[in-house]
Amino acid sequence: MKTDIILCGVGGQGILSIATIIGEAAMNENLYIKQAEVHGMSQRGGDVQSNLRISSAPIASDLIAKGGADVIISMEPMEALRYLPFLSKNGWIITSSAPFKNIPNYPDMDVINADLDKLPHVIKIDIEQMAKDHGVPRSANVILLGAAQKALGIEYNKLEDAIRRVFGRKGEAIVEANIKALALGRGAQK
Amino acid sequence: MKRQLLLGDEAIALGALHAGLSGVYAYPGTPSTEITEFIQGNALAKERGVHSRWSTNEKTAMEAALGMSFMGKRALVCMKHVGMNVCADPFVNSGMTGVNGGVVVLVADDPSMHSSQDEQDSRFYGKFAMVPIFEPSTQQEAYDMMAAAFEYSEKQCLPVLMRVTTRMAHSRAVVECVDEPRQQNELNYNAVAANWVLLPANARKRNDVVTAQQASLEEDAANSPYNIYIEGHDHSLGIIASGIGFNYVNECFPNGSPYPILKVSQYPLPKKLVRRLMSECKQVLIVEEGQPFIEDMVRGVGDSKDIKGKLDGTLPRTGELNPDIVKKALGMEIGECFDPCADVVPRPPALCQGCGHRDVYTALNEVLKEFDNPRVFGDIGCYTLGFLPPFRAIHSCVDMGASITMAKGAADAGQWPAVAVIGDSTFTHSGMTGLLDAINENADITVIISDNLTTGMTGGQDSAGTNKFEAICRGLGLSDEHLKVVVPLPKNMPEITQIIRDEINYHGTSVIIPRRECMQTLQRHLKQKKAQEEKK
Repeated sequence: MKTDIILCGVGGQGILSIATIIGEAAMNENLYIKQAEVHGMSQRGGDVQSNLRISSAPIASDLIAKGGADVIISMEPMEALRYLPFLSKNGWIITSSAPFKNIPNYPDMDVINADLDKLPHVIKIDIEQMAKDHGVPRSANVILLGAAQKALGIEYNKLEDAIRRVFGRKGEAIVEANIKALALGRGAQK
Repeated sequence: MKRQLLLGDEAIALGALHAGLSGVYAYPGTPSTEITEFIQGNALAKERGVHSRWSTNEKTAMEAALGMSFMGKRALVCMKHVGMNVCADPFVNSGMTGVNGGVVVLVADDPSMHSSQDEQDSRFYGKFAMVPIFEPSTQQEAYDMMAAAFEYSEKQCLPVLMRVTTRMAHSRAVVECVDEPRQQNELNYNAVAANWVLLPANARKRNDVVTAQQASLEEDAANSPYNIYIEGHDHSLGIIASGIGFNYVNECFPNGSPYPILKVSQYPLPKKLVRRLMSECKQVLIVEEGQPFIEDMVRGVGDSKDIKGKLDGTLPRTGELNPDIVKKALGMEIGECFDPCADVVPRPPALCQGCGHRDVYTALNEVLKEFDNPRVFGDIGCYTLGFLPPFRAIHSCVDMGASITMAKGAADAGQWPAVAVIGDSTFTHSGMTGLLDAINENADITVIISDNLTTGMTGGQDSAGTNKFEAICRGLGLSDEHLKVVVPLPKNMPEITQIIRDEINYHGTSVIIPRRECMQTLQRHLKQKKAQEEKK
């Protein structure tokens, strides 16, 4: 198998914890992994992205070539569109539908939604609202991960196991909240 | 073998620890910060008492590492590329003294300037200090090379420069680690004073020794397991690829390259291997991240059309490499892809909501409206973002500490008001000496040390001068009358603006210290406190 993923959002939205769970699941399956992250200045409210590559064969480049990503997982709808040239023509976008407006010239949401709707495979979820409604307010990002499970090509229970290992130290309540969030996301898959 | 998913920086840190490290010395700087942070949090490092506290700047770091080496132990120095400029004096002279315990100087370059003010390529420093350079291509190689670098440093009695770039430092991969870490070196008294006292008479001898060593360093590079000649059947082209550039070349050939490839990961450049590639192939493409370091040497003064790289425009001269750039250089088609979305707008970084630097700039802008042609000299840190809207508050940012010295130079030229804005960590890194110059001449400048009690931009590391700034300023000779401390909050605006106004109108050196904790570290501390209370 080989899956190239772009994780993106705004600095501070927690895309790296999604990457940690996927990385943990992939490592446990003895897959090869490369994950390039952004640290430093842009983490202060700027756009951030991570290239995550998993494969059963060795991986050469830390970065994904244009048109190479199988899936874009985005915590923010406009940020999902920023990396469009990297998405494969047949790739998936799994994104939060709620805009994060920390700039004065944020485009009209109708425009962003129209751009997203033009693409062949898009799942938009209001993850923040869903997380609140289901009593797991701090696990919105894991809902997104659940919705991306099929596109990632990783078995559902492997992601569940990875969540148990990643969050195990933080106590059973946090593990259960994240497992619940993962299931909510799975339900939103197409 | 234990497998771990590690950042390049973490692989470097663990590699050093497993190679028997006794101390890491560093000042935070993207993309090198995580090396020292990893060692600070590592159980083996704690158990072994490995030194890992932050240094005040890269120069003090390099010198402390030399001291540890003098006593026979292994030391690692870490910095970002511009940090090399700060420690250039001890670094270059460590090539003269040589080492006793192994020394590895790890420098992380930042092509594309993700978080930096220039794109300098640190390999040039290694060349003119005449020390060996290692440049890993993968996280596993970074881990393995650390042990090799310490061993080589001790064998050759020279420091080793290890160079990585952003994508190596900040990318994760699975790394296999040794089961039995090497023991640390014992303290010894083998360092010979005649080597370490660089009086001209001694230094001339050392210079002859190190110069004579160069041939063997190059011979070692030619035989290094990290410099590999990979055969190919199509000799119309040969590729020289170093560091992370090697990965992008491989990405273009998933079934193996038809062209011979020379992978370069240890310098001095192994000319023997380069000559072989050049004699066997019609053309040569050089793929290296950073400046055309190898290419310049291979080209010499010739104008060969058969050498392709950054100097003839086959590859871009600036910015980092990526798979698409290398694909294009190899004459391959970019895959089918979507056009960029025209509706996406930039989202530049900004000072956090509630950040004290915001209040400082609000107050400063308010006061400076009252003066003709005020000039504000900025410095390196989060507050450099004060250049951007809505503040547009600073007129310069050059290097660590330049705010104070440039303000002084401007005042010497007749400028008034001349204001310097510098952060607490940057002030202790390189601002104190400049302030002494200003105070000694009572220069007509107003210095604002915006103290957020941390090194903020790199993620909130300890700041060397915390709780000492008033004492430092007094110690440098500043009078109490012109040393003011304020709390940068909107409610204190009348007081802050009045103080700034008064100190600008005072025609001599004054220091204002607005002090309030960084929002990032504050949130972290509140979270920790809450977690502790929940445990009770």
